[in-house]
Amino acid sequence: MKKLLTGNEAVALGAYEAGVHFASAYPGTPSTEILENIANYSDIISEWAPNEKVAVEAALGAAIAGARSLAAMKHVGLNVAADPFFTIGYTGVNGGMVLITADDPGLHSSQNEQDNRYYARHAKVAMVEPSNSQEAKDMVIKAMEISEEFDTLVLMRMTTRVCHSKSLVEVGERKEVPIKPYKKDLQKYYVAPAVAKQLHVKVEERLKKLEEFSNETDLNYVIWNTDKIGVISSGVAFEYAREVFGDNASYLKLGFTHPLPMKKIKEFAEKVETLYVVEELEPYIEEQIKAHGIKCIGKDKIPNIWELNPEIVAASLLDEKPTIIESDSSKVVNRPPTLCAGCPHRGFFYGLSKKKNVMITGDIGCYTLGGADPLNAMDTTICMGASISLGHGANKVFEKYNKDMKVVSVIGDSTFFHTGINSLMDVVYNKSNIITCILDNRVTSMTGQQDNPGTGYTLQGEVTEMVNIADVVKAIGIKHVKTVNPLKLDELKEAFDWAFSLDEPSVIITRWPCALKKLSEIDKKEFEPLTGKCTVEEEKCIGCKKCVNTGCPAIYFDKTKKKSIIDSVQCIGCELCMQVCPTKAIIKVGE
Amino acid sequence: MNTKSILLVGVGGQGTILASKILSTGLVEAGYDVKMSEIHGMAQRGGSVSTQVRFGDEVYSPIIGRGAADILVSFEAMEALRWLEYLKPNGKVVINDYKIPSAPILAGKADYPEGIIESIKEKADTWVIDAAKIAMDLGNPKVMNIVLLGALVKAMDLTDIDWEQVIRNNVKERFVDINIKAFQKGMEAIELVEA
Repeated sequence: MKKLLTGNEAVALGAYEAGVHFASAYPGTPSTEILENIANYSDIISEWAPNEKVAVEAALGAAIAGARSLAAMKHVGLNVAADPFFTIGYTGVNGGMVLITADDPGLHSSQNEQDNRYYARHAKVAMVEPSNSQEAKDMVIKAMEISEEFDTLVLMRMTTRVCHSKSLVEVGERKEVPIKPYKKDLQKYYVAPAVAKQLHVKVEERLKKLEEFSNETDLNYVIWNTDKIGVISSGVAFEYAREVFGDNASYLKLGFTHPLPMKKIKEFAEKVETLYVVEELEPYIEEQIKAHGIKCIGKDKIPNIWELNPEIVAASLLDEKPTIIESDSSKVVNRPPTLCAGCPHRGFFYGLSKKKNVMITGDIGCYTLGGADPLNAMDTTICMGASISLGHGANKVFEKYNKDMKVVSVIGDSTFFHTGINSLMDVVYNKSNIITCILDNRVTSMTGQQDNPGTGYTLQGEVTEMVNIADVVKAIGIKHVKTVNPLKLDELKEAFDWAFSLDEPSVIITRWPCALKKLSEIDKKEFEPLTGKCTVEEEKCIGCKKCVNTGCPAIYFDKTKKKSIIDSVQCIGCELCMQVCPTKAIIKVGE
Repeated sequence: MNTKSILLVGVGGQGTILASKILSTGLVEAGYDVKMSEIHGMAQRGGSVSTQVRFGDEVYSPIIGRGAADILVSFEAMEALRWLEYLKPNGKVVINDYKIPSAPILAGKADYPEGIIESIKEKADTWVIDAAKIAMDLGNPKVMNIVLLGALVKAMDLTDIDWEQVIRNNVKERFVDINIKAFQKGMEAIELVEA
């Protein structure tokens, strides 16, 4: 039976069929649905880890214990997990282990567009690259076998268009794989320098064997059509190349891309007149081909920024430009993403934006949008957890060089658990005076409502201990901690004034569920659901736009009438607009 | 047959993903090879969203470039203009006569463009449908997406597929009837309006 699946759903199916026993991940677009789908299989222990490093280490532990294990993350997540990742390159595994990196060419939902294929070379582990959902499923199964046969971690590199495109997948059965015996083996898993020194020798030997495998495996195969044009490609770029060249080129399709099959590549290159290497982002394959003295055309024509598509490939290599209907696109107004109507972050940023002489260091999550118009309450966003540590460093400099600048760091609940905790220790230990604001909306929102250590539920829906942020913060050594309701502007203002007056570091925790969250049983005990809708009494509205400037997408300013209008379909009755209105022109109806 | 490309565009939250899911499922059941691509994550937060559905004997790329869509179905008026360059010169357009002002417009910093529908009509075979009104008349504004799906199916001449069954299999039981009605109304809307 064939099913239409996304690449992420196909990976989950592949994990199931491969007999995977343990899977762990931290959510991140475009990888999130991998674990969400694996979690549906009760045969697999599936977990959200607090961060990617933890996920990889937990998966390694499972593999050393003899299980088949999988960890998944977005591309930048592998930066967080790089430490264990590189050393697994040395130790190898016991049960098979696959690490999935979901890269985001085009930065649809990311802070950079790094090409993680270089990681496989750098850490000296095997790598596979699927081009579609069927391959995504098949390669998880194959990667498990490779991992066990060669005693290596296998990195599976996907991209947004592989993760989030649907194509047909043949559904199979789960093959139960027995847990391998665990054996204490210091020469393998105890990487003290003397051990690691010997392991490095083995790593180099393993790479040679993997290269032989790469030349033999049918993951790397030729589609022969003509000797005029040859195309070497991998991942979704291969699909674009086939779309563009059709039967007018021969292909060397690479599914196993580290180590590269140099023998196969040389043979293919010798048979064709012109050789193109079609890659999305960096010239990972091209550079290695050129280093072997083989002539090819790649990044001198194909851009290495943003994602490719068939149009770009055709224009770059064949100089074919599409006929485009001309229209006046200058009339089109931008449609940037915005905080949802009723988002509990809105009031927080509205309140914070009133403070002067303040550097606001932000972090990764929905609340990153607090830096956009009209709230404009953020100075930096770098990576997960950076808000607090970056703020710490800035504050130390401002203080020493007498710059009158207060630092406020803004981070979400899940991001705080991810890596913010360590940064807050730096604040306490190295004595900076920053205000850390932890926006606890009771869920990991941006990636689509995942549980985290603070929500009281596991990925597979079990009730679990809830990490209490206020207790954690106090235990770290923060003396001044306040928890407020971010829907109440007066509570927020009071908390800001209090924190700004202190000469020691403080933490403000805002606690209200995400507007999109389906309240859990635990939430229902703590939060009264919002009821009713806000509406503008037209005669009282003076058109001051204060409500509009909260950036709520339910509020529209009618330029002809010079009045605000609230869309009752979008409004969820958070009452923020009522609190900013100077003439009390907004009232609540339908409660 | 040659691969056909459908581009569905709109604003995050308008139900383009469900519509394209039903569309893809029906096409698979009709025996086509199908690929579909959509965008998740940050872009969804009220941003401009697009879903691409491609079908034929064998489909390679899940996405298209500019000048390559056989039909553009726009769930929101201004989005049609934003994505028009993706349409083939002889492609068709289905526009929902429905405006969702974006953040700069809400804030009074920009104006919602005038005359979009007229200008698109000059450029391509265009059907304009008031899917919001049709959905409201049926009693649920959310089925606007299925009205547009019905219109798309009619405009693309894909009526041989048993869409009612596909809808039945893909929406919650209590919403089946209203969605089937919405689908039919969408098909009728195409018949009523001259492209």
